[in-house]
Amino acid sequence: MSAVGYAAVAGQVVVVGAGAPLLTGWMRQVRARLEGRAGAGVLQPWRDARKLLHKEPITPAGTGPAFRAAPALLVATTVVAAALVPLLSTDTPVSSHADLIVVVALIALGTFALALAGLDTGTAFGGMGASREMTVAALVEPTILLSVFALSIPTGTTNIPAIVSGAAHEPGRLASPAGLLATAALAVAVLAETGRIPVDNPSTHLELTMIHEAMVLEYAGPDLALVELGAQMRLTLLLGLLSSLFVPWGIATGGSWAPLPVALVLFGAKVAVLGAVLAAAEVFWAKVRLFRVPELLAGSFLLALLAVAASYFLNGAS
Amino acid sequence: MGLLRKIRATGRVAEPAPPRPEGDAPERARELGGSVQVRCVDAGSCNGCEIEIAAAFNPVYDAERYGARLVASPRHADVALVTGPVTRNMAEPLRRTVAAMSEPRLVVAVGDCAINCGEFAGGYGVEGAVSDVVPVDLAVPGCPPEPEAIVAALRRVTGR
Repeated sequence: MSAVGYAAVAGQVVVVGAGAPLLTGWMRQVRARLEGRAGAGVLQPWRDARKLLHKEPITPAGTGPAFRAAPALLVATTVVAAALVPLLSTDTPVSSHADLIVVVALIALGTFALALAGLDTGTAFGGMGASREMTVAALVEPTILLSVFALSIPTGTTNIPAIVSGAAHEPGRLASPAGLLATAALAVAVLAETGRIPVDNPSTHLELTMIHEAMVLEYAGPDLALVELGAQMRLTLLLGLLSSLFVPWGIATGGSWAPLPVALVLFGAKVAVLGAVLAAAEVFWAKVRLFRVPELLAGSFLLALLAVAASYFLNGAS
Repeated sequence: MGLLRKIRATGRVAEPAPPRPEGDAPERARELGGSVQVRCVDAGSCNGCEIEIAAAFNPVYDAERYGARLVASPRHADVALVTGPVTRNMAEPLRRTVAAMSEPRLVVAVGDCAINCGEFAGGYGVEGAVSDVVPVDLAVPGCPPEPEAIVAALRRVTGR
């Protein structure tokens, strides 16, 4: 494989790793401005991470390997997924392995590791958060799979780079009923998977309403830095996946150097716009009650199912 | 849409940042580098100080712009904001909360009660001031202290 492909994979990992805290800072800044605040600045999550890395690591008494391994596993699965998903280029050395099911399984593995860590702390809130996270994950993963299946039917493969390059060459697929339904379903699934309002509130202090935060209450110092970086990278990755699937223009499809910088700039712009829209929407929404979350997620699953059905019947690609 | 119009009409409500507060930052605060996670501990306060702390983080005073953020767990925190005279029942939880924070950590006593038991000095349920239970790095006097004073103390810690 060419050097361009390797550069694209390295670029994807670096841009997701370094850009994720900036995206979180940017979203907090947008939110702060809408609330009439001044805001802490886009770089604040990087300052938080730098400080946490210099703090004393603490392992609570009674915790085992699950607690210690989870932060590294969360970041590692996200890094591998970021290398696989075609964020900058569809023609990379790993693109033939970038199957949809692998990417969803990697994301689920990170969720699972964190839920185990939450259980491992033995605290009431850790176990409660883990149980809630698994409830949400069980409803979200099928939705992500199904909504991307709807897009994979016209292409005839579940390979994500093939889906993306197919859609980039034939934009009509995205404006079809299947494409629109799949967009809506995947958007709701991404909100739930990344723990945003209306499913979870990332800035809550109320332990009783927490999902993601409840699992990580016991982490301190460098471990907490990894957990936060992992969560931020997942948000960037999933927003990137959403933009790659539904706004695929600008992603490099060939093996030449020229489109890569363009793809990098466009990726940053697309994710920044998506993040700003999400942050603005969060100002207008309230978190839904926990018992209503399955209804919301079942609704998004239904949309994904309709998308698959529409894709199958309306396109006649059987 | 009503909310959108309201946001546009209100604009920015955060007051312009006052000049950086006088006084040296505590030694350990320099290691934090402009990022401070704050955990509030009510050790027996009348809740007057809590209202002022809430006001310090509202859009008008916006302590978050200086890099301070309230968090849900002492494990995530660098600073414990302790209010009220320490009651007998809260002495041990306060010690445990401070012990659960990872180094470098600071304790900020907020309000007259936290500094010298204030109105409640000598009460039968009062163990003592905060400094009798855990080492205090910074004190914010007042009954209750104004949000500006709390923000100024937090700015001395964040150094911004």
